Amino acid sequence: MAENTSETIAVDTYLDSALGSADEAEHLVLGVAEHMGFHEDDLHKIGMAVRESIVNAVVHGNRYNRRKRVHLAVWNGKDHVTVVVGDEGEGFDPDKLPDPLAEPNLLQQSGRGIFLIRAFMDEFQIRRLSPSGTEFKLVKYMETTQ
Amino acid sequence: MSAKLSPRQVGDVTVIDVAGRITLGEGSSNLREGIREMVAKGNKKILLNLGDVTYIDSSGIGELVSGFTSVANGGGQLKLINLTKRVKDLLQITKLYTVFEVFDDEAAAVRSFA
Repeated sequence: MAENTSETIAVDTYLDSALGSADEAEHLVLGVAEHMGFHEDDLHKIGMAVRESIVNAVVHGNRYNRRKRVHLAVWNGKDHVTVVVGDEGEGFDPDKLPDPLAEPNLLQQSGRGIFLIRAFMDEFQIRRLSPSGTEFKLVKYMETTQ
Repeated sequence: MSAKLSPRQVGDVTVIDVAGRITLGEGSSNLREGIREMVAKGNKKILLNLGDVTYIDSSGIGELVSGFTSVANGGGQLKLINLTKRVKDLLQITKLYTVFEVFDDEAAAVRSFA
């Protein structure tokens, strides 16, 4: 994360592997983004992307294991916010995720979380952690008025 | 506030007014159980009024899809009314807007079941 020196860390914490952590993370991240001046629509998108990231870490990554934690870090930049969510799970291959927009998957009950994160954020990266775990990096830029 | 469901009958159509958040956990399970209960009672014409839904996540969308298929599998129809802009946007980017029949007017939606 140090590649952008204009960023300042605003949140760096570890959350429980429980669904309630989604509310906690959303509250923490939106507190930073709101203070930065993001508009309401973007706040909604950021909040939802964070919620989906935490749910993914808790449910699919840490599998509700209370001994595992979810790392949440938030950086504020001049014109963007960066959110990192890490779990201690076994990891997955993002290239093997089914496309939720493909006709055979359209009526599947699940499988839209990562798709929505990509749709709502400007940048999204998935990184394998060593020795185990997965890290999501989400970036949203503030809209500039011409 | 997690999702609160209030069913009412309009002719032979069961209208379920949904209010609150439909997110993973209590919110989405409330919706799932509510729809299953209606299907178990033999209601085949179900209209979900989402006008007071304040938030829906991917799990909530999954429950809408699940409800749609379970009602259809029982020979019925599940339709939607009063989508907020955010719910409408979500259904559009997930391509589900073309799957569900969506209405803005309750009377027109009720008539469409006939």
